[in-house]
Amino acid sequence: MLNAAEIDALFLSLKIASVAVILALPLAIVVAFILARGRFAGKILLDGLVHMPLVLPPVVLGYLLLISLGTRAPLGAWLYDTLGLRLVFHWSGAALAAAIVSFPFQVRAIRLALEVSGRGLEQAAATLGAGPLDRFLTITLPLAAPGIIAGVMMAFAVSLGEFGAIITFVSNIPGETRTLPLAIYTAIQSPGGEAMAARLAGLSIGLAFVALILAEIATRRISHGRRS
Amino acid sequence: MTLDIRIHHLLGTFELDVAFKAPAIGVTALFGPSGAGKSSVIACIAGLIHPRDGHVRLSDETVLDRSKGLCLPPHKRRIGVLFQDGRLFPHMTVKDNLLYGWKRTGKRADRHEIARLIALLGLEDFMTRRTHDLSGGEQQRVALGRALLADVRLLLLDEPLTGLDDARRQEILPWLERVRDEGGPPFIYVSHRVEDVARLADHVVVMNKGRIEIAGSAADVLPRLDLMPVTGVAEAVLEATVQSCDEKDGLVELAIGKDRLFAAIPNRKQGETVRMRIGADDVTLSLSRPDDISANSILAVQISAIKPDGAHILISLECEGQILLARITDRSRHRLSLVEGMHLYAIIKTIKLVH
Repeated sequence: MLNAAEIDALFLSLKIASVAVILALPLAIVVAFILARGRFAGKILLDGLVHMPLVLPPVVLGYLLLISLGTRAPLGAWLYDTLGLRLVFHWSGAALAAAIVSFPFQVRAIRLALEVSGRGLEQAAATLGAGPLDRFLTITLPLAAPGIIAGVMMAFAVSLGEFGAIITFVSNIPGETRTLPLAIYTAIQSPGGEAMAARLAGLSIGLAFVALILAEIATRRISHGRRS
Repeated sequence: MTLDIRIHHLLGTFELDVAFKAPAIGVTALFGPSGAGKSSVIACIAGLIHPRDGHVRLSDETVLDRSKGLCLPPHKRRIGVLFQDGRLFPHMTVKDNLLYGWKRTGKRADRHEIARLIALLGLEDFMTRRTHDLSGGEQQRVALGRALLADVRLLLLDEPLTGLDDARRQEILPWLERVRDEGGPPFIYVSHRVEDVARLADHVVVMNKGRIEIAGSAADVLPRLDLMPVTGVAEAVLEATVQSCDEKDGLVELAIGKDRLFAAIPNRKQGETVRMRIGADDVTLSLSRPDDISANSILAVQISAIKPDGAHILISLECEGQILLARITDRSRHRLSLVEGMHLYAIIKTIKLVH
């Protein structure tokens, strides 16, 4: 049903989205915790910074990545020389771009769950002898688990669909950075590619739908937990 | 062995300034109207609020001393809290809740001790259940067990019965008494209900508007006339010794000095001390010892204070070192020419037993 190039694009998309979400998750948990519980002067700035990718044109984000992490940019050159890490024109660069774009979606869902679970149970755990890290791992995180799952699924769906930042930063290389949206774009641009574009579009719709349903189920478990 | 507590803290415009010492054994009630600052004192002792100034000492160990810059975090204080809302962990079973603190004690209590406590609190059948399947009273019992298994040196109970109806209160009060009587840790019990304080407390600290009005033993403090605006209940708490039980009419004979009281109470042993509440409206005064009336319970008393109480007069009566209250009309007072120091007889119509 799908040809080799289409299957390549599908698996590449799944790989890039998975890596993007898993890489961003620990930082998203930390930032969500700071935003949900912290009281400090620069909180509104941090909040704004986290949400930037939601409102910034993705192509601008791709451009920023290119001028900072390109092999001729200082940071990019350093990464390449010392770690042998080249992000430009490489699938890992696509994963980084997707991670940044989907980051606010993770943070928002996890923050909501942390705000719901509240401090009362953590105080109770403290009076039972649990220190700060212990409380975080045994009380805060497990209670926020539905929010974390919801955030991960949302971010995964968003990462699958990222186009502008990826094509700007890592270009459109078949088998390396040509994810589903880029493959659809390429098919539309080529003569006789309509059928391929339609199949890939259908596939994207299906994937996004499944991810959203899973996110919704997880979110309902949060509100269920709040009732009981 | 004493608890030595001094807290000075500002909460907005509310100033909390309390200092008291209490025996580190039995139940100390922190008693007063809503908004007196009782829960804030509890939060300071537990380490959930850091007061501006003050100290908290448990016998010889200090967990807070602002003047020395010492302020242990709550997880290092070994002071348990039974919260008003239970605060069981919803993602754990009852068993995991119970063992949460125990696992963090270095497991000072052994398996036998755990089994004993679970049996003491009647929790055997709950172990594998989820916390939200339990009733409010059952949840508080689990929370009580969880705090005790954490091997705490002091247990703070922050109005743990609020929000429970009378039937549910009866589900938890006897368990609190069992823990107290079976060598549990000292309690500081916060309440605004005089019934609960009279039933549980050995020592009472009365708080009002962020300050302490008085502290002392329950029998001394609760009948104090000058505390009426705070306690709100014209009622005395007296202790008596069980003399004998009459199988025929079910009445128990109680002794206060040479006088005898009779009450219908089940299951009392001879020589046992009982505590009872006697409302000021349930006491009638007589200048001579009446022997042709229906009431059985008559005490010889001496007037220690007379104080107006709205349209009525509240009379404080001393009886073998204990205080009884009587509420009468001003007309009665004039007719009998009652003055301080007078000897007379108190006829008691109703006795409410507290334990």
